[in-house]
Amino acid sequence: MLKNIRRTLAILFAGLLTLMLLDFTGTLHAWLGWMAKVQFLPAVLALNVGVIVFLVLLTLIFGRVYCSVICPLGVFQDLVSWLAGKRKKNRFRHSKAINWLRYGMLALFVVAIVAGINSFVVLFAPYSAYGRMVSALLQPIYIGINNLLAQLAERMDSYAFYTFDVWMKSLPVLIVAIATFIVVAVLAWRGGRTWCNTICPVGTVLGFLSRFSWLKPVIDTDKCNGCGLCERNCKASCINSREHAIDYSRCVACMDCIDKCKRGAIKYARRTESPSKPMAAPSASDVHPSDNSRRAFLATAAAVAATAALKAEEKKVDGGLAEILDKKVPERQTPILPPGALTAKHFAQHCTACQLCVSACPNGVLRPATSLDRFMQPELSYERGYCRPECTRCSEVCPAGAIQPITREEKSSTQVGHAVWIRKNCIVLTDDVNCGNCQRHCPTGAIQMVPSDESNPRSRRIPVIDVERCIGCGACENLCPARPYSAIYVEGHLATKTI
Amino acid sequence: MDKNNNNNLTRRSFIKTLGSGVLATAAVMTGCSGKKEQGAITYGGSTEILGEMTYRTHPTSGDKVSILGYGCMRWPQKKVKDENGKEQEIIDQDMVNELVDYAMAHGVNYYDTSPAYLRGKSEQSTGIALKRYPRESYYVATKLSNFSRSTWSREASIKMYHDSMRELQVDYIDYYLLHSLGNDYGNFEQRYVVNGMLDYLQEERREGRIRHLGFSFHGNNEAFDRYLKLHDEGTIHWDFIQIQMNYLDWKNSDAEYLYVQLEKRGIPVVIMEPLLGGRLSRVPDHIVRRLKTREPERSVASWAFRFAGTPKGVLSVLSGMTYMEHLQDNLASYSPLQPLTEEENEFLYDTAELIAKYPTIPCNDCKYCMPCPYGLDIPAILLHYNKCVNEGNIPKSRQDEGYAEMRRAFLVGYDRSVPKLRQADHCIGCNECVGHCPQRIRIPREMQRIDKYVESLKQETL
Repeated sequence: MLKNIRRTLAILFAGLLTLMLLDFTGTLHAWLGWMAKVQFLPAVLALNVGVIVFLVLLTLIFGRVYCSVICPLGVFQDLVSWLAGKRKKNRFRHSKAINWLRYGMLALFVVAIVAGINSFVVLFAPYSAYGRMVSALLQPIYIGINNLLAQLAERMDSYAFYTFDVWMKSLPVLIVAIATFIVVAVLAWRGGRTWCNTICPVGTVLGFLSRFSWLKPVIDTDKCNGCGLCERNCKASCINSREHAIDYSRCVACMDCIDKCKRGAIKYARRTESPSKPMAAPSASDVHPSDNSRRAFLATAAAVAATAALKAEEKKVDGGLAEILDKKVPERQTPILPPGALTAKHFAQHCTACQLCVSACPNGVLRPATSLDRFMQPELSYERGYCRPECTRCSEVCPAGAIQPITREEKSSTQVGHAVWIRKNCIVLTDDVNCGNCQRHCPTGAIQMVPSDESNPRSRRIPVIDVERCIGCGACENLCPARPYSAIYVEGHLATKTI
Repeated sequence: MDKNNNNNLTRRSFIKTLGSGVLATAAVMTGCSGKKEQGAITYGGSTEILGEMTYRTHPTSGDKVSILGYGCMRWPQKKVKDENGKEQEIIDQDMVNELVDYAMAHGVNYYDTSPAYLRGKSEQSTGIALKRYPRESYYVATKLSNFSRSTWSREASIKMYHDSMRELQVDYIDYYLLHSLGNDYGNFEQRYVVNGMLDYLQEERREGRIRHLGFSFHGNNEAFDRYLKLHDEGTIHWDFIQIQMNYLDWKNSDAEYLYVQLEKRGIPVVIMEPLLGGRLSRVPDHIVRRLKTREPERSVASWAFRFAGTPKGVLSVLSGMTYMEHLQDNLASYSPLQPLTEEENEFLYDTAELIAKYPTIPCNDCKYCMPCPYGLDIPAILLHYNKCVNEGNIPKSRQDEGYAEMRRAFLVGYDRSVPKLRQADHCIGCNECVGHCPQRIRIPREMQRIDKYVESLKQETL
């Protein structure tokens, strides 16, 4: 019964959260955005006191139900572990907690947060890891199905679905997502919740709290006949049936043991006596992230193959039309922050790189950074589109407060960068034609056209930029006819400011 | 137009329809008991061919020309991959042959092409299809084109003329036209007079390799008069002249004047754009209702064809029939032609006034403006805009009833019809296209206007 409630809630929660991570239309975030906001690490980084208090209380009352229901990575592991259990029943056995590893990881994690080593933080944050897997691996499939439906809809002259570009946002992130997927899946396949109890820093923190939880599974020694069925079905490997002891720091309150026990010897109840120290059972060979090199290689190969396939699909040029070169990313000295971010530093410290904003960006502007200090955190670039004035979606979805909520009006006066004109690329001068496309599309009127020859007011007109009015939205860069490098591009700022 | 009703499908009803479609397909696949006696194929009207094709006789040569002429500017295309895996459009020759077979079998004997059409491939394709018939069973018309100044020299022009014969696999051309004479008389002199081409072509006519010499015209009345003056003065005898004529242009762009001038001189008229590139077939709902109420079993397009064919001075009416159903529909309209009565003509002039109220852009999808050097798909943008105008998907303000649906239809349809990189916001206003448009659409201005409109829809600032 309890197990079924847990399973139902977990499936519901993880399913909806995944759907929200997949959504590119911007409709689900309004309804489901809270699911990302109640995730532990984003809430901590956003200093979302209400959520933190709620999660602490939840754990102090019910144990680590967070890990079983709210955390999508936990539910994902349960799914893998459940599949593995189909092949081999009663496959777990008790093992000792690897304290040095889990507390070591937690310590490193805290140090990394404080020291601002974000690439390390975002790599192990459970919600972010899951977000990346969905964004990099599942979303392309999701959009692919959507595009198929859109084609059908087009044939039926319906506008219910529209096609959306699938593109490789970042190879490193894809590789990281694949590697995470493989490591977590293999660990879950072999050892259930090994990841959560040895590596995941959130698991360790909540595990520390759940020792003291009010309700927990308790073994009734009078009824227990020591059959060990509970132990062999405990995916956290935390039940020592011989000792009738449960390590509550590792128990994720999945209720499987209660369900399994044929004699009804385990109850989800208040525990009165303190647990006897679990015996030293030396057989902890669970953690085997060892032969990763081969897998990483395979992952890379797969990633490369995927890129090639994507590229081939992208090149679609009709016969009677002029060929259009793809835009190339200009070298920006300062990366561009999304409007709603405060400063580069604040952003780097708060973003958990969950890729929610990247998945949600409808204009193909946000993509994960590849530089080490901002690894996988989003940045803006304008080859595929520009930061459109009516869109505030990334600020709506960010669960960690890295991108603060911003209104359309605020956005239209928030400067994230400024445009720079590059004479040698401007087609007015190179091709000797009239243009002014940047000026026509500037939403703030920051661009004016002036004669290229000061002494000749009738000479071809070139753009000049009033950087005081420029907000760095990239309309000019994106719509500049010069290819592959635009003649006008946006240079980012370290802090966003209101103009 | 026959699909309009589905525009406002919601997601749910879409899935429902999809589901039932799948079921229906499955039922057909397993049941295989579809009705056999479906009657004539109907394409917006009855295609039952009533009798024989109407023919008009050329006053001097005695050619018996079918009133329906085949315009070879819009042959069906198919997509193929070239050796680099890049998708390309080429003419679907099998389909062309099939269309020509059907047309020949039903009496169409006038085929009009040009070395410029379909990226220069139309003549060859037309030649392949016609080569399978005796040379005397069809008349072929082609043109001395003028789109690129590099072809204006005498040598290049003569080469173009000979290339046409080679591509069409003929040793004489029945109807030869100076392509698209316009308002700029200087250009005409440069292109055809100064280089001696006009004399050369008249010589060819004397030799019998050109049976009729004429020109196609896109311009104003004054310019037309100047070209006719050459005829009146005896400088050159025009055997026929090709003009744009339809019930919308009859009064609007003075096709009436052009026609009357030609009739007065007894010069046979070949009609182009009788349907304005389909614009007189894709009309707003209430126009469909108006036309259909009078002739429920005739297509909307049939009115335009009957209009163009009715005047006695018309030798042939060209139609760029891409699809078999277009061909069948036109054959039904012209086999035989039922001339319009005076009252029916008036009815169409009134209809024209109603259509003119709709702010469509007069693009006929001739693609003379293409390729745009900056990669835009100009006709696709204009056609999408016109489609939305006709279907009533151009909201004027956010307060309009059904604003959200109209907005979605416009924006989603826009991305479907035109890839993002080829949309109007990429128009830089270089004006390269302007001179090429026979309808004299100020393309860059329209592009920027549509772009502004799209922006106001996207930003919801309408």
